[in-house]
Amino acid sequence: MSSPSSVAGATIPTVGRAPRIPLPALAASSLVLVTTALVFVFFVAPNDVNQGFSQRIFYFHVSIAFTAYACFICGAWQALRHLWKRDPRADLASYVCVHQGLIFGTLVLLTGSIWAKISWGHWWLWSEDELVLFLVLYLFYCAYFMLRFSVEPGPQRANLSAVYALFGVVLIPVSFAAIRLAKTFIHPEVFTRHGPNFGGWILVTYCIAQAALLVLAYTLYRLELGAKRLDGRLRRLREAIV
Amino acid sequence: MSYVRDVGALARKDLLLELRARDTLPAMLLFVAVTFVVFHFALPGTPSRLETSGLLWIAILFTALLGLGRAFVPEREQRTMDALVLAPCDRSAIWLAKSIATLAFLAAAEVVALPLYALFFHSITSTTVAAVLLADLGICGVGTFLGAMAVATRARDLLLPLLFLPLAIPIVVGAVGATVGEPVVSSPGRYLAFLALYDLLFAVICWASFEYVVAE
Amino acid sequence: MLTAHRLGKRYGERRVLRGIDLALPRGGFLVVTGPNGSGKTTLLRICAGLTQPTEGTIERTAVRAQVGYLGHEPLVYRELTALENLELYGRLYRVAERRERTGMLLERFGLWDVRHDRVASYSRGMTQRLALCRVLLHEPELLVLDEPYSALDEAGAELLDVQLAELRGERTFVLTTHDPARVESLASGALALAT
Repeated sequence: MSSPSSVAGATIPTVGRAPRIPLPALAASSLVLVTTALVFVFFVAPNDVNQGFSQRIFYFHVSIAFTAYACFICGAWQALRHLWKRDPRADLASYVCVHQGLIFGTLVLLTGSIWAKISWGHWWLWSEDELVLFLVLYLFYCAYFMLRFSVEPGPQRANLSAVYALFGVVLIPVSFAAIRLAKTFIHPEVFTRHGPNFGGWILVTYCIAQAALLVLAYTLYRLELGAKRLDGRLRRLREAIV
Repeated sequence: MSYVRDVGALARKDLLLELRARDTLPAMLLFVAVTFVVFHFALPGTPSRLETSGLLWIAILFTALLGLGRAFVPEREQRTMDALVLAPCDRSAIWLAKSIATLAFLAAAEVVALPLYALFFHSITSTTVAAVLLADLGICGVGTFLGAMAVATRARDLLLPLLFLPLAIPIVVGAVGATVGEPVVSSPGRYLAFLALYDLLFAVICWASFEYVVAE
Repeated sequence: MLTAHRLGKRYGERRVLRGIDLALPRGGFLVVTGPNGSGKTTLLRICAGLTQPTEGTIERTAVRAQVGYLGHEPLVYRELTALENLELYGRLYRVAERRERTGMLLERFGLWDVRHDRVASYSRGMTQRLALCRVLLHEPELLVLDEPYSALDEAGAELLDVQLAELRGERTFVLTTHDPARVESLASGALALAT
């Protein structure tokens, strides 16, 4: 994994941009943070009263969920910058954000499913609002990819992707409200949730896990974005030669 | 107001085109009728009022998709979208006009669909009709917008349902909630309000961003 | 009227235009020639404002309402009549004295008798004539015409000759054609594209 990060972190002259945290430093700090988080989650945090050791997946599930939301919102923010400020770098940044969001979204669904199985014996629970919301968003952003790969690269693809990404963030609260409203007439099997009391080591562990995942997400984002930008540069150089 | 006149001219064009072509509306009517019959055979046991309310909305949603897929076909096949984009009118007028025309066809299809539903399954209330009206606004507004997006892609007809259905889930929730009515749902009015809110929110977004969908 | 500097256009990996420079004054008449696939249509679309270039810049002093574009497609609705088509565009372009102008153009291009027939029933030549009516309807300052002579029979071509000669000097033209000799007398400049 060292070669891509060293290439992306190499000094390709850039003009007039704010100084950015170099990629190797980011990668190192995310490694440290994730390790710390793992240590805390498995050794430091106390056992849950009701569910025992297996409840620990909750720390990752919630922090991954929050990270995924952050990715989608970032994607929408970059999309807005593309449409409004006409920033030529924003389209690719928006795409990479949404891509990261989808990866983390997959993990949310997986960890959520595992948590549901461990806690209540079912692989899927319609009563879990947040899980259902993620399912809807997941399908929405999968369609984003289908849209993006169905258009030739160019200004139109960037515009369509940006508009769709904006629809996505609007969908987040609207869907959530819809899911809550739907419970009145759907009556899914409800399992009483014993949420962890956020105190002491539990809070600390959660914060570390959340910080770790956010830094990891940002690292992956920078990595992918750097690689894609490099691809673009190479392509343009090749064309200039031809 | 010239904007209103632009929308009027464009909507008139869309309605004229459909009346001449005479393919989308009959197809939608037939589709809705056949779908109801399929539902009858697809559901074991006697479906309750709750279940058939859901079926009504599935039928409406997919019938709408049928019509929405055809919305921008003339603009795509004859490349007239170029001419509309070049015209000095606000681009959002194109979306609004097309939505109004699609709404007219969907409403026409529902004029047949609702009595048919009452005949085959259960009677409908005034709340259901209100839900139909409000849901139609959302379906046509968002659906037309996404139809324009889908038409610009290679996948076209394949893509529209994929883009549309996740966004249609809140509409379904609001519509079914209002259709089911009391005593299952304590206040159907809440669902109608939710539909109205959805319509308003997405209408604003569609209106503001249609420019970027059709022009570079 | 139209100034372009090092204009280029790329569709994904495919480069269609490269390094085009243009300086078209008001009242000018630019004839663009080149073999098929040399990017003439793309260049004209950029001139009309339908497409943005991927490299270089283009400046146009005419606003959207003052541009008339005739593309490869006639850009008329086949299921509407000639009159309905021109009525629509007349309204969208806020043409003054719409009905009179529509009638005058239809008559000039020999379509008055078929004005109530659907465009689907027209021949290719008649459709092209209707497209010319559409372009001229709102009296645009800048006319961007992509092979306007295509599909026209000799009578139609002569009508177009007369129109172009009439407006030459008053309006600005960008035109592509496979028969540059026909418009040679009107041209103020020429641009030859290579693949």
